[in-house]
Amino acid sequence: MSETKKTNIILFSGDYDKAMAAYIIANGAAAYDHEVTIFHTFWGLNALRKEENIQVKKSFVEKMFGKMMPRGANKMGISKMNFAGFGPKMIKDVMKKHNAMPLPDLIEMAQEQEINLVACTMTMDLLGLQKEELLDEIEYAGVAAYLADAEEGNVNLFI
Amino acid sequence: MNVTKTLDATGLACPMPIVKTKKAMKDIEAGDVLEIQATDQGAKADLTAWAKSGGHELLQTEEDNGVFKFWIKKGE
Repeated sequence: MSETKKTNIILFSGDYDKAMAAYIIANGAAAYDHEVTIFHTFWGLNALRKEENIQVKKSFVEKMFGKMMPRGANKMGISKMNFAGFGPKMIKDVMKKHNAMPLPDLIEMAQEQEINLVACTMTMDLLGLQKEELLDEIEYAGVAAYLADAEEGNVNLFI
Repeated sequence: MNVTKTLDATGLACPMPIVKTKKAMKDIEAGDVLEIQATDQGAKADLTAWAKSGGHELLQTEEDNGVFKFWIKKGE
């Protein structure tokens, strides 16, 4: 086999369905023996949030942001037909019927497959998210780290 | 055909058949044959492409009552 190929995905979206697509591609690429990195920025950071409420010092606006954004992958809404939270319930039922893996399981599988999960620190500051609130064993980086990976990437996606 | 290992991936949806196949491949030696059973409609295209990219040989495929069977010989 030739040298290791690289897949880099930017997950900008905080929608359950779009994050699912990102994580399915990432897990598939890992099965292809690619070195895979998912950069989470803006709303995509919510996929990395822990479900429990972590007490950290925040400004008023940051607290509001924290309350209004989904706490963890399972709480994310879908990009179409969200129907104030009823949509995700429906789609999760359908997924169960078809044996599709729920997003939290896909994220766990990604960690098992040693996919690099990266949180963008600039947008963490904007949204008032702190390391304590995000999953353990993830990395923190900025645009330069992304570009270093992307310029060597065989597959580069923005979702 | 001498099958070294059989993987039951029936009922699993994308991307699981490919993820499980990759894991199962790790456990066998070059030249060994892995049999995979799957029901995902995309499995045929997926496993064909996966085997080619990884330098493995897809020896044979078969469809039996909605179950797709694949035999892949592990490459060097």
